[in-house]
Amino acid sequence: MPAEPSAPAETLLDVRNLSVSFRSEKGVIRIIEDISFSVGAREILSIVGESGSGKSITSLAVMRLITDPNAIIEGSIIYKGRDLLKLDPREMRDLRGRDIAMIFQDPMTAMTPVYTIGWQIEEQIRAHQKLSRRAARARAVELLGEMGIPAPARAATRYPHQLSGGMRQRAMIAMALSCNPSLLIADEPTTALDVTVQAQILELIQRLRRDFGSSVILITHDMGVVGTISDRVMVMYAGTVVERGPKPMVLAQPSHPYTLGLLRSIPPMHGERPFRLPSIPGSPPAPTARPAGCPFQPRCDFRFEPCGNRPPLFRHGAQEVACFLAADHLPDWDHERAIRAPGAAA
Amino acid sequence: MLLPTLRRLAEMIFVMLGISIVVFLIFFATPGADPAARIAGRNATPEILAQVRHSFGLDRPLPVQYALVMERLFVTRDLTSFVNRGQRVIPAVIEATPVTLSLVLGAAVIWVIFAIIVGMVAAATRGGITDRTLMFLGLVGVSMPVFWVGSVMNLVTQSRFHNTWLFHWVPGLGYTPLLLHPWVWFKSLVIPWVTLAILYIGLYGRVLRANLVEAYQEDFIRTARAKGLSETRIMFRHALRTSLITFVSMFGLDFGALVGGGALLTEVVFGLPGVGRLTYEALQNLDLPFIMATVMYSSFFVVVANAIVDIAYAWLDPRVRDAR
Ligand SMILES: Nc1ncnc2c1ncn2[C@@H]1O[C@H](COP(=O)(O)OP(=O)(O)O)[C@@H](O)[C@H]1O
Ligand code: SF4
Ligand SMILES: [Mg+2]
Repeated sequence: MPAEPSAPAETLLDVRNLSVSFRSEKGVIRIIEDISFSVGAREILSIVGESGSGKSITSLAVMRLITDPNAIIEGSIIYKGRDLLKLDPREMRDLRGRDIAMIFQDPMTAMTPVYTIGWQIEEQIRAHQKLSRRAARARAVELLGEMGIPAPARAATRYPHQLSGGMRQRAMIAMALSCNPSLLIADEPTTALDVTVQAQILELIQRLRRDFGSSVILITHDMGVVGTISDRVMVMYAGTVVERGPKPMVLAQPSHPYTLGLLRSIPPMHGERPFRLPSIPGSPPAPTARPAGCPFQPRCDFRFEPCGNRPPLFRHGAQEVACFLAADHLPDWDHERAIRAPGAAA
Repeated sequence: MLLPTLRRLAEMIFVMLGISIVVFLIFFATPGADPAARIAGRNATPEILAQVRHSFGLDRPLPVQYALVMERLFVTRDLTSFVNRGQRVIPAVIEATPVTLSLVLGAAVIWVIFAIIVGMVAAATRGGITDRTLMFLGLVGVSMPVFWVGSVMNLVTQSRFHNTWLFHWVPGLGYTPLLLHPWVWFKSLVIPWVTLAILYIGLYGRVLRANLVEAYQEDFIRTARAKGLSETRIMFRHALRTSLITFVSMFGLDFGALVGGGALLTEVVFGLPGVGRLTYEALQNLDLPFIMATVMYSSFFVVVANAIVDIAYAWLDPRVRDAR
């Protein structure tokens, strides 16, 4: 029996019972609480959630880039059959940038300011392949061109601060793709960009799967982005997975009150923007102050007696939901509103 | 790159001009003080005063006086000491310069190498016992007065342990020109170099460590790791390279100040006849022409060092280059 009903047949990355905690003066703080997920070959998985829900920590754990000596990482991260958490640092380093590449939110600070774009791409190529400087430079220029950067040879000689945000992110992607990784982790790659550029970058990421056959973990807090490009969606809240499933299902029938709230706050892609987007009242709990039972409880309009316990992930077909409303079947919101949250019915 | 450099050099000449005017005004136009009286010394007869006044052009307008003084400083270079009559000031400064340069250059080589080692090792082991030990030693180095370190060094290497295998090679105090006896030059400078370098190793080591630790918090270090680079490469090519910007600017300024006479105490303790010691003696005797010449000399080095720092800064940091 597959661990995850919606997981594609060919699994590239399989994260099992991952927990991340940090030792501190106040004791051990649990940031990621026992999450499992997988990514299939050529699949785009979106991880979505408000800031602070643990998306970045999850992705950094996969890359083994949590350098804090107080971090405790438990579970297993199986990539192409090997547990990344058991690799020695050298093996892990060979994998990083070559097999698994990562791009970050702000390419301005994510690139070393004193080297040209071309130099930085070359550096990554030469870290993993036996290539002359010239060949590496030629490859870098070629990649920049493929990423839609005009006059790539010239762009390669520019420093990060000399490019626009969109161009920098393209350069970042070019760098990430320089060794044909099987998995690209993109942590909020479009958050710092304006809407048109955002669409172009998403288009680029989509092309990547088409042209390079890579899988992508796309981290975002924006349901609009999720709607644009993902195959599957995983919604995180307070270090846990609250809902997961194929994108069309989750978008058509969001089944966790948190997912519902996130979906209501998408700005419409076309037409007039509302003056103020509805957002979920309140804010996510600090890792030190997570409530017992369902972590979403304090902000949930639908909470009822069972919510004092931690809800497991209930499965319904390809969709999974960590909410007691979904214990027997996916919730019917009109009905639930009518009986549990009359105030929220409007 | 060329144009800003030229612009910076032109600026430098301007600053030098300004400094020379200020120095001139302080020495020759301070209200209530008659420079002629100071030049002529105590108990001078009115005739001598008049003669001094005439020879320095003190009876003429200030701009002319300024031009005359500058002429005597830089063109004819015949300004003489008030204390040791007949001793020419400029040749004395020029003669002292190689001594100071030898001292400061050697110390700088030592302090740069060791400070980079200390800073990198401490940053690489941050929080650990090695880091703490190094930072403590650095603090000790910064806190020890150079005069005291020099005296202890002398005591140890010149008398207490001079006759042991460890220090019998140390020659007596004083300076031997490099071109005369290179080996003696080297041997006689080792102890002064180390003495002068200790303070700066401590200071630079601590600053570099702080910069490196800060650099390690930067996003681009995370990117470098995500690229699969080795820790050594990340340290040298990314963390150190970006931290060097502060390091280099500090170095330029300290080096300029030291060559400009800041190594005074070290020169005095080790009997090195450098510019610092010259200034020290001139100050003790209130030897006006000497003070003026050494002040001009040191400001020259500080200004040149500043300009070089600016140029190096732009060269090290492309963001600075573009801000021009
Ligand atoms: N080194 C650390 N020590 C303690 N807490 C941390 C550390 N790094 C991150 N956190 C906490 O982990 C939580 C999740 O962070 P993050 O993964 O960045 O969230 P997201 O990417 O979803 O916005 C945050 O509350 C943050 O404060
Ligand atoms: S389990 Fe209860 S509190 Fe949690 S989301 Fe579902 S209804 Fe709300
Ligand atoms: Mg994040």
